[in-house]
Amino acid sequence: MDSLIPSFDFHTVFIAPWTENFALFGWIALMGFLVTVACGLIGNYLVLRRMALVGDAISHSVLPGIAIAFLIAHSRDNLIMFIGAIIAGVITTLLIEVIHQRSRVKQDAAIGIVFSTLFAIGVILISMYAGQIDLDADCVLYGEITSVALEPRVVLFGMQTAPGPILLMGAVTLVVVGLIVAFYKELLVSSFDAGLAASLGIRPSLMHYALMSVLSTVVVSAFQSVGAILVVAMLILPAATSYLLTSRLSVMLGLSVVHSALSTVLGMHLGILLDCSAAAAMVVAGGFLFVLAWIFSPTQGLLLRLRRVDTTDPEDHKETSAASA
Amino acid sequence: MNTRRHLALAFALLLLAGTAEAAQISDLVQTNTWEQARRFFTLSDQSVRNALLGSLLLGISCGLLGSFVVVRKIALVGDALSHAVLPGVALGFLWNMSKDPVAIFIGATAAGLLGTAVVGWITRTTRLKEDAALGLVLATFFAVGICMLTMIQRLPTGNKSGIEKFLFGQAAALDSGDIQLMTITTVVTLILVMLFYKELLITSFDPEFARSVGLPIRILQELLMLLLAFAVVIALQAVGVVLVSAMLITPAAAAYLLTDRMHRMLILAAVFGMLSGALGSFLSFLGNNLPTGPFMVLGASTVFATAFFFAPRHGVIPRWWRLRSRVRRISRENTLKFIYHVLEGRGFDGEGVSLEELAERSRCTVDEARLLVQHLADHRLATLDRDRGGLLLMPEGWRVASSVVRNHRLWELYLTNMAAYSPDHVHEDAEKIEHVLGEQTIRDLERRLKFPDRDPHGKPIPNVREITSRDAAPTPGPQSGYRGRN
Repeated sequence: MDSLIPSFDFHTVFIAPWTENFALFGWIALMGFLVTVACGLIGNYLVLRRMALVGDAISHSVLPGIAIAFLIAHSRDNLIMFIGAIIAGVITTLLIEVIHQRSRVKQDAAIGIVFSTLFAIGVILISMYAGQIDLDADCVLYGEITSVALEPRVVLFGMQTAPGPILLMGAVTLVVVGLIVAFYKELLVSSFDAGLAASLGIRPSLMHYALMSVLSTVVVSAFQSVGAILVVAMLILPAATSYLLTSRLSVMLGLSVVHSALSTVLGMHLGILLDCSAAAAMVVAGGFLFVLAWIFSPTQGLLLRLRRVDTTDPEDHKETSAASA
Repeated sequence: MNTRRHLALAFALLLLAGTAEAAQISDLVQTNTWEQARRFFTLSDQSVRNALLGSLLLGISCGLLGSFVVVRKIALVGDALSHAVLPGVALGFLWNMSKDPVAIFIGATAAGLLGTAVVGWITRTTRLKEDAALGLVLATFFAVGICMLTMIQRLPTGNKSGIEKFLFGQAAALDSGDIQLMTITTVVTLILVMLFYKELLITSFDPEFARSVGLPIRILQELLMLLLAFAVVIALQAVGVVLVSAMLITPAAAAYLLTDRMHRMLILAAVFGMLSGALGSFLSFLGNNLPTGPFMVLGASTVFATAFFFAPRHGVIPRWWRLRSRVRRISRENTLKFIYHVLEGRGFDGEGVSLEELAERSRCTVDEARLLVQHLADHRLATLDRDRGGLLLMPEGWRVASSVVRNHRLWELYLTNMAAYSPDHVHEDAEKIEHVLGEQTIRDLERRLKFPDRDPHGKPIPNVREITSRDAAPTPGPQSGYRGRN
């Protein structure tokens, strides 16, 4: 039991990552932050559109796409991996629709069947061709953010810059931020009122598929660092936390960035403290932040509820805050 | 009897040989596939016996509980629950630093139930919807589990082997202690499901009714969650945390496509569960103990895909076939109706209808009309005889043509006389219903309309009964059928 939790050393846990070990942990923190920000921003729209579990499904089912891309290209060629994963993501949405519409199986079961089948195919491919695929089955589940940060640096303009995956993730994050800024109004309207969006000339189905493609891209680029399941948490937790604290979309987006930054840093320290998977520790820290928001939220926290349980009807409050959102 | 049994055995072996070959082609293994297959089927190995028995047990319990999951539309609750058990597994392992089945069982069940409870709590006390609550509980609990798992894996003690097998499952790692526990749990699950079958059925399909007859809905729901947690935990070691939910959903969804009765669905789902379990452990054994879970899930998905395409009532192909034959029947009936109209238009003078006349009446080209006629000829409803002036209706064709026309005109009359439609609004409706009116309805309509002989547009309504009674005549007489009416 003693060896389970390493002996606590303040310097190793809190100081060293920012000083002598910064060369490694700086990159880990940056990578974690980029992943959680990209996921968290997209996640806001998933939570508002009640599509959180579509994110779950896509994150599982891109695996066979990635595995097949590896087998074809025999390398971690990013472009082929992206193409494979996006094809897998599109196939997932199509299959769910087909099963749901062409049989009496309901949508929730259709989602479950499709993503588990694709994920199973991916795992089998990876374990059968373990020698040829540069991924192992455990890494599929929780990623290897530490090894990602140790990749060789990319040389740009004659200068050694960041490790390749971090540059890529940074680019993806920038694209996500850019898209959200550019289409802020369209996304806002179509998320809250599909009818109004259609009457304003915004095609809801177009927005849906655009969002799905961005989601697939983000999930794939996060895949190596955080794996297929933890990415679900990174998609949902920041948005869910900030949704408890505010009713304005712009504030919600901002708060989810704050949540991402905090959970990355806290998680990194937790990971060092417990000497466990860094990505999982970041999710645990994010979960902790969610619980804090759940308890102490100034508008709808558990504490608040306890105090005014006899004065206002909680359902009533729920309605008004949703309407003002 | 004996030969039949031998034949069945040979057939079964042939089937399995097929899969074995497939496995060999795909380069699964270094060891001899046939040797492995022989070891599996002779059950000479204790570990093989355990793996097979374990897969059958988990198939039964997942199939049974999965049926309730599918009909209650809580598939994703099953998913969340199955991911949420991971910290419990790790805690159970830490209890005395070994893979103690009982400790892991208790830990996993408790963690799973806690997970579903937290989902309920979040949806009740915040404005987050169920999907977000499920997703965040699933992933956060899983992350806690992964943290603990990676900590355990770094421990120096040698006894940690097997804990990582909980992620993707390894049926061959089941020992007799596990099997004992699995058997007990499956039996308990079976007994509880049988005892509370009626209550679970009613609360699943009609909660309002269940409430009104005073069933304790809340307690039944908790019971279902407990049983669900049992099923997940039973399947945990062989299927793995990540894919357990598929064993709940997929066999039950396949069964859902094959039957409309809950008890049959339960049995079918259990059978499908066992089938996919056994297939998964076999393939994993062939592949030198590749993870079992993905193979079981693929087995279940194959069963589902088969049901999806071929299920007699709800399958895609039978449904498509039924739709196609209906469309073709309606097209045939319309052609016959047009021929009748042509004949009627010239007072049933002359027997044959030329292709040109048919094409003009049905507003298509002569070539298309020829196809229509060919279709009628295939069904022995009409023949094309150039010597006798073209298209001749055969007795059955004549009967169908006049009954379609009769249906059409009776319905028009019914709409104008009884439902007070104006006569110029009834044709479109009659065009559709003429193909689906049954004999009984027609009798009823005739009686209500007092056996009319003219439709609202003044056209005669053919009397099919008289025509049918004259069917025996080798050459059908359109005129006689018509004149018989007057």
